[in-house]
Amino acid sequence: MSTQPPEAAASARELTYAEAIREGLEQAMEADSRVFLFGEDVGVYGGAFGVSGDLVHRFGAERVIDTPISELGMAGAAVGAAITGMRPVLEIQFSDFITLAMEQIVNQAAKIRFMFGGKATVPMVVRLPGGSGTGAAAQHSQSLEAWFAHVPGLKVVQPSTPHDAKGMLLAAIDDPNPVLIFEHKLLYKTKGPVPEEAYRVPIGKAAVRRAGEDVTIVASSIMAIKAAAAAERLAAEGVSAEVIDLRSIRPIDLETIAASVRKTHRLLIVYEGVKTMGVGAEIAAMIAESDAFDYLDAPILRLGGADAPLPYNPVLEKAAVPQEDDIVAAALRLARGEA
Amino acid sequence: MVDAPAPGLRRAVETPASLMTQAPAPSRLNQRAELAALDDDDLSLALRRMRLIRRFEEEAEASYMRGLVHGTMHLSIGQEASAVGAAFHLRREDYVLSTHRGHGHCIAKGADVSRMFAEFFGKETGYCRGRGGSMHIADVEGGNLGANGIVGGGLPIAVGVGMSIRMQKLDRVCVVYFGDGAANEGAFHESLNMASIWKLPILFVCENNKYGMSMDSARAMAVPNVADRAPGYAMPGVIVDGNDMPAVAAAARAAIDRAKNGAGPSLIECKTYRIRGHSRSDRNLYRAKEEIEAWKERDPIAAFESELMAHDRLSLAAMNAIADDVEREIAEAIAFAQASPDPDPKELTRDVYATA
Repeated sequence: MSTQPPEAAASARELTYAEAIREGLEQAMEADSRVFLFGEDVGVYGGAFGVSGDLVHRFGAERVIDTPISELGMAGAAVGAAITGMRPVLEIQFSDFITLAMEQIVNQAAKIRFMFGGKATVPMVVRLPGGSGTGAAAQHSQSLEAWFAHVPGLKVVQPSTPHDAKGMLLAAIDDPNPVLIFEHKLLYKTKGPVPEEAYRVPIGKAAVRRAGEDVTIVASSIMAIKAAAAAERLAAEGVSAEVIDLRSIRPIDLETIAASVRKTHRLLIVYEGVKTMGVGAEIAAMIAESDAFDYLDAPILRLGGADAPLPYNPVLEKAAVPQEDDIVAAALRLARGEA
Repeated sequence: MVDAPAPGLRRAVETPASLMTQAPAPSRLNQRAELAALDDDDLSLALRRMRLIRRFEEEAEASYMRGLVHGTMHLSIGQEASAVGAAFHLRREDYVLSTHRGHGHCIAKGADVSRMFAEFFGKETGYCRGRGGSMHIADVEGGNLGANGIVGGGLPIAVGVGMSIRMQKLDRVCVVYFGDGAANEGAFHESLNMASIWKLPILFVCENNKYGMSMDSARAMAVPNVADRAPGYAMPGVIVDGNDMPAVAAAARAAIDRAKNGAGPSLIECKTYRIRGHSRSDRNLYRAKEEIEAWKERDPIAAFESELMAHDRLSLAAMNAIADDVEREIAEAIAFAQASPDPDPKELTRDVYATA
């Protein structure tokens, strides 16, 4: 079933994506003394992207903890704290730096519960600012979420709106499993309605952002925003696109995607991570293996990141990931039987 | 080349303050402080656990030969004193993190060998319900947060356990065992630094058994001792004879006191030796028979028993009773494990995720 988020009333106040995360952190730390935030420069500096802001003044340096530049150590510390009763929230300054912590995330956090026969839980959250578009080049711009979606034991989410950024953070903190939240750096300053109370957006449920009849566009993170904008333009061209914001890639909401494909008969998948061996390949294969395959009237199309490291030059950088124009063009080809 | 430790190996172990303040019983006056500080009951338990480790591993090895064990194993025969010594003063609620060579740590923390054998045999009644095997035995309720298949994997986790103890204001410590090989992982550096800047209640216990698989630590490290690195983390770096249980226990006592006083972590390097190969595939091509034989002469269990007898701390009858008791426990444990059911394949994905 498709799941619409509990959208805020039209009168709800607006927050930026970064402010929404900060409010979620603040509410979680207020409600539960086990919750703490740690990472590089999350204290007085306020976080490299300003997400933690003034939380250190509110909660003190014992709960908003600046760490040395030691990603592996930090990830392991999150594991150790989590299995002994705390609820750590770890900020990795740029998601690319998680490569330094792979051992603890992949071998320890993801597997401890299973390896120990269910005798331990690892309730930790890792926040990872990712994505391109800031001119930060190859080592500060990647979208590595698919790597982690390949690991049983982890949950991986990619909120695209301020509403979901707060609600999924709170759901992740409640979750008894390790949850990785990939936040897109270009979304931090985007605004949207955010309820004041502490609410949860369930992990594993996609959101149908726009209902349509002719083509299904499944997109994640900032691509869901671009897909929604593309759908507006497609409507002007006479093509009715259904836009699904994936929100969670492990677990993945196949049912919402399949239901949409049964209706529209066409599927376009858009994601910023490298197209090859990426999230889109998995979604396409899941649909091909499901009963929804019989409903398809056209090949499944994918738009994803280029098979190249992210370049510095802004023209090249834009060319390396799907843009709104690319989504419009691909959807038109599908809808007009040209794919 | 025979490279057994020199007699004067133990160095830099200051007699802990807690030992100085305890007036030894009159009969203990002629004993060294490390032994005199320990109560008879505790010594008896320590010997029992050392014997249990030895017999567990010997029978684990024999079970492997009989085809009862599916995977590989890493035996710690010869290292029982460091396992038991470091855990000697721990209480049930204190934590340990262990290594791939972790059977001794597990038993030293009070684990039940029945459930350990069951885990070895891949049975549903094992500590990890047969999902973990030798390399992942954990007894979370007993404070053992798990063996670890990744060299150095437990070190960063210990930092988080230390943070957790601090934040929850618990009167506990965390012992993290690791080998000389792990000391060359980046995780070692990150973890000791973080533990020290935050003065976390952690004992970093290095069991230096001389080899990382086949690589001699003398070839793998730029300094002779792992403890030589301690000044870089502003923590005490103590070298002890790892085959000397009371010496390891004394070093651990000092480190526990320091941790509980809020002074931070300590690094204890136990110089020891694994008599068996790295794992089942080891043909001992990298070391001389004479070296292995020389270390067998320094058997930690035999040395401990001799000292206990010499000072009349445990009677021969009591020792024999312990030995008999251990044999019975091992036999019952193997019988229990063999009679236990295998896991059901239908439950393959159980516990991949926890449900709220």
